Amino acid sequence: MALSSQMFPSEARVQPPSDAIVFENVELIFEHKPVLDGISFRLPHGETKAIFGAAGAGKSTILKLALGLLKADSGRIFVLGEDITEMTEDRLFELRSRVGIVFQESALFDSLNVRENVAFRLTEEGKIPEEQIDQRVREALSFVELENTIDMLPSELSGGMRRRVAIARAIITKPEVLLYDSPTGGLDPITSTNIIELLVKQRDVYKTSSLLVTHRLQDAFVMATHCFDRASGHMKRLPPGSKAEVPMSFLILRDGKVIFDGDAHELAHTRDEYIKKYLS
Amino acid sequence: MSAEDFLSRVELISPTEFAKQKVQAVQDYILLSAQALANLFRRPLYIADILQQADLIGVGSLSITVLAGTFTGAVLAMNSASTLQRFGSLSLIAQLVSVGMVRQLGPVITGLMVAGRNASGMASELGSMVVTEQIDAMRALGTDPVKKLVTPRIVSTTVMLFFLTILSDLFGLLGGSAVATLLLGLDFRQYWTDAWQILAFADVFTGLIQPVFYGFVIASVGCYYGMATSGGTQGVGRSTTQAVVASSVLILAVDAFLTRALTLLLGFR
Repeated sequence: MALSSQMFPSEARVQPPSDAIVFENVELIFEHKPVLDGISFRLPHGETKAIFGAAGAGKSTILKLALGLLKADSGRIFVLGEDITEMTEDRLFELRSRVGIVFQESALFDSLNVRENVAFRLTEEGKIPEEQIDQRVREALSFVELENTIDMLPSELSGGMRRRVAIARAIITKPEVLLYDSPTGGLDPITSTNIIELLVKQRDVYKTSSLLVTHRLQDAFVMATHCFDRASGHMKRLPPGSKAEVPMSFLILRDGKVIFDGDAHELAHTRDEYIKKYLS
Repeated sequence: MSAEDFLSRVELISPTEFAKQKVQAVQDYILLSAQALANLFRRPLYIADILQQADLIGVGSLSITVLAGTFTGAVLAMNSASTLQRFGSLSLIAQLVSVGMVRQLGPVITGLMVAGRNASGMASELGSMVVTEQIDAMRALGTDPVKKLVTPRIVSTTVMLFFLTILSDLFGLLGGSAVATLLLGLDFRQYWTDAWQILAFADVFTGLIQPVFYGFVIASVGCYYGMATSGGTQGVGRSTTQAVVASSVLILAVDAFLTRALTLLLGFR
């Protein structure tokens, strides 16, 4: 692989599709300051990886790089087996149909109502009949339990409802990878729990791989200790000792570098003083 | 915040860095404009967005264009009346208003009015979308924001400014005729006959080619500043101001170059 990339540097490399996302020694510099400094990690298919770090550690930047919204200064990024490092915007548009993102402040289009926001990608593709779009919008809104808001404008929704509409917009194409940028940021505990339950449902029912950027440790720990119960329609706590069965891992950043990449058990038993302080 | 605190926060930029930033900005503006124009030949064309923008820009600017045109024509007639009277040539007022409005004042005044209204609107709308990550969301959802947002605005502004200029010229002549007949006692029919007969192809062509350039300048500058917004709501305000200032100055600069080029091309009258 390395040899072929040396021989054909312009040719996009293909990563075996065992991982949903792979970062290889990625560096990004903003205004002469390194934001990401040699970041490497892999997100296996079906797994959710929670990314922590202090403000400005580069967490949201990782999501934007994974979607090709930003270009890395060096290193390589593979998404669903494709090297996106040198990919053109046109090819990225195709790849992005397989990846969904929920932005920090929802980023719903102000001038469009909920239906138009959720249906945006399908409408833009212009290949799907209107009735089918309507049906899929209702399905997506039903997943986030917001069918009754279909004709409302984003300005008429609460913060939590906007986040849920953003989730509906991200999942309408049934993406293979989901990127969540602080989906519970600024929300009250009850709404946050509802959002986390949706994330757990998406992970356990649809087996979607995801990167979750969050400031709230408790959200990630809830995801690591709960699974979705289809019978009751709610998430339930796993019995002690079965935590390893949950496809959940943690990545901690400090000053643009990865200082921890492992599961909940490893995180709980870490000896790193900074991480201990962070967890406390 | 005290003056000392303020001064300690002011970042000084070296002349080299300043020059680099300006060159970078010009390069980004040219790239955005070229990309927006190239999108005219790529599908989808977003006809609905073009029509919506045409309504917002064209119909929305109708009242200011009509008022600005009328008063410009009236003021032109009033100001030139005393000079013409001195030479006993008051009857030439219709010709002066007609050539002045159609050839120069109509397009420039309309361009500046539309720039004030729409370049600011575009910069603030797109700037708000940038700072609330809606532009990133659009890219993430597989849509090219330049194609969806910038190209329709450029097409609509260019087309609508052309028609707004014709209206402005017409209302300028009407304003002039009101002054000529009501204040100066000239014959209404004679005024319009003179105003019509003095116009040659070169005048009309010069007057109608300008809005095409000004429309492009207004929309491309407004969109550029909007898309280049950074720094939250404060940044949106800054972009809005910069868009109006830059588009107004550019209209006057383009006017100067265009006048020279058209004079060389069509000759003096």
